[in-house]
Amino acid sequence: MTAGASYHGQPVIKAPVWTWQIPWYFFTGGVAGASAGLGYLCELRGDDALARRAWAAAMAGICVSPALLIADLGRPQRFLNMLRMFKVTSPMSVGTWILQGSAASTAIAAAHAWFGLFPRLARVAAPAAALLGLPLSTYTAALVTNTAVPVWHEARRTLPFVFGAGAGLSAGAAALIGADPATAAPARRLALGGAAMELATTTLMHRGLGEHGRPYSQGRCKHFDQAASGFLAVGSALLAARGSRSRTAAAAGGVLLLAGAVSTRWSVFAAGRQSAADPHAVIDPQRAGIARGERIGGARTEPVARDAAAPAGPAS
Amino acid sequence: MKLEVHTWPATYGEQAQPRMGFFTDTSICIGCKACEVACKEWNHVPMQLQGFTGNSYDNSVDLGADRWRHVAFVEQRLPADATDGGSLVQIAERGAAIDAGVQTYQEGDGVRWLMASDVCKHCTDAACLEVCPTGSLFRTEFGTVVVQEDVCNGCGYCVPACPFGVLDKREDDGRVWKCTLCYDRLRDDQEPACAQACPTNSIQFGELDELRERADRRLARLRDAGQDQARLYLADEDNGIHGAGAFFLLLDEPEVYGLPPDPVDTVRDLGSIWAAAGAAALALGAGLAAAVLGGRG
Repeated sequence: MTAGASYHGQPVIKAPVWTWQIPWYFFTGGVAGASAGLGYLCELRGDDALARRAWAAAMAGICVSPALLIADLGRPQRFLNMLRMFKVTSPMSVGTWILQGSAASTAIAAAHAWFGLFPRLARVAAPAAALLGLPLSTYTAALVTNTAVPVWHEARRTLPFVFGAGAGLSAGAAALIGADPATAAPARRLALGGAAMELATTTLMHRGLGEHGRPYSQGRCKHFDQAASGFLAVGSALLAARGSRSRTAAAAGGVLLLAGAVSTRWSVFAAGRQSAADPHAVIDPQRAGIARGERIGGARTEPVARDAAAPAGPAS
Repeated sequence: MKLEVHTWPATYGEQAQPRMGFFTDTSICIGCKACEVACKEWNHVPMQLQGFTGNSYDNSVDLGADRWRHVAFVEQRLPADATDGGSLVQIAERGAAIDAGVQTYQEGDGVRWLMASDVCKHCTDAACLEVCPTGSLFRTEFGTVVVQEDVCNGCGYCVPACPFGVLDKREDDGRVWKCTLCYDRLRDDQEPACAQACPTNSIQFGELDELRERADRRLARLRDAGQDQARLYLADEDNGIHGAGAFFLLLDEPEVYGLPPDPVDTVRDLGSIWAAAGAAALALGAGLAAAVLGGRG
């Protein structure tokens, strides 16, 4: 670590003010989104038992998610202000609308799967929920990477895949808990495949981050990251070995995988706080970009003779 | 990919005003903190005691919800023989005094004291404004960036989006607050409180184009006088925020004052951000289909 200049060691950027609700929402939003897809595909396949389990998980996720988000607001009673506009430059705005659509369509699809209600509406709502569930699972990565926090912003090409994989494994794992192993093969494949993808994409993200990824080897972030790897490895092994025969093993494996997905989201959240708190995480890469000649930076030492007609800019 | 958000001057039509800003010339800042006080008084910014920091004379620490102007104090120890003039004996005496730790903090005693009043930059490409999901943050007819406190719901997205760490949430209030460039005073043809209170004219307020010309004349004078560390920060439009409404003349690297050397508006990468999120959503869809429809059991 280079020890360049900073202002009394003070952070350059502000750490996110988001609290515990947000990493949990990363998880519940993923459960809701991918479970809707799982439910719809199981219906297509004629696997109604598994479909009902998946729609229940989707419904649970989609009910908890808005509550978490509203609770995190500084002025919860003003949550409706989110609906004043639709703004592509704000993934939070886009996500608000995705969540609205997901909630409405998932509620109808789940009511149909469980109670046979709204049969005609559900024909549209179920595929809509399944489709909206996909961006619902990954837009949260766009949200955190669209910030000045180096460990998030520099992971903008990989973090959505980590969140997507985590959503898939969460949906599979949630559907496994309490299910009859004989009929839960698709959920098991989804859980195992998702867990493998989450481990792989997380490793890719850490490698791609390079020096920006320092938080993942320090402090709380490191502990969450190690816990995630452990939960995913043990859960996957248990599921692969006994998950197709034992209901208990499948449930235990599912719980372990869910814990893994939660831990990954907490490690990403903690990484952002640690990265923002470290002035050198912000300054050093910017300084290095200037030194390499790739960036001109914000400062200029040579004066420019300006007159009203001349455009602003450095002298040639 | 760059999404241009033309909110000024285009959307204001005939009501558009010239872009107004601050030129903060830190070479004549005396660290009196009149700007901090005037800002608090005028804008009713609440008190927030942060204790005694030991960071030189700076006990307000940083910009935030309750500090819209912040005076930075940097004490730099210079080599004893670095100052011009004086005999070898005087230089040796000065060196001995520094070694013994008895020197006073005055010019020429081996300490260079930098002072700078920091403020919201009112960026041309303002990440805070672009990520705000409620439209609470908006661009005024003066080209400045202001939070509408009757709209803000405290989602906190602007806080980590700002490359300068300007915005923050006021804890007991729940909303985010920052410098408004005294929007209320500007509408009454008054200059912002900090600029009016500044006794040395370190904080200069005016039309941005005119301030930029003035700043370059000042930089040329300082360079001629041998201040080869002098530099303008955010005075041009070729940086990562496409220029700022508040820019600075500094006497050292920006990071010495707590400023990022190469601030970039995160929304410049929005194309790759949405592309990756979209690709990951498709990959998740493919994975779901493969798991459910692809297997035997």
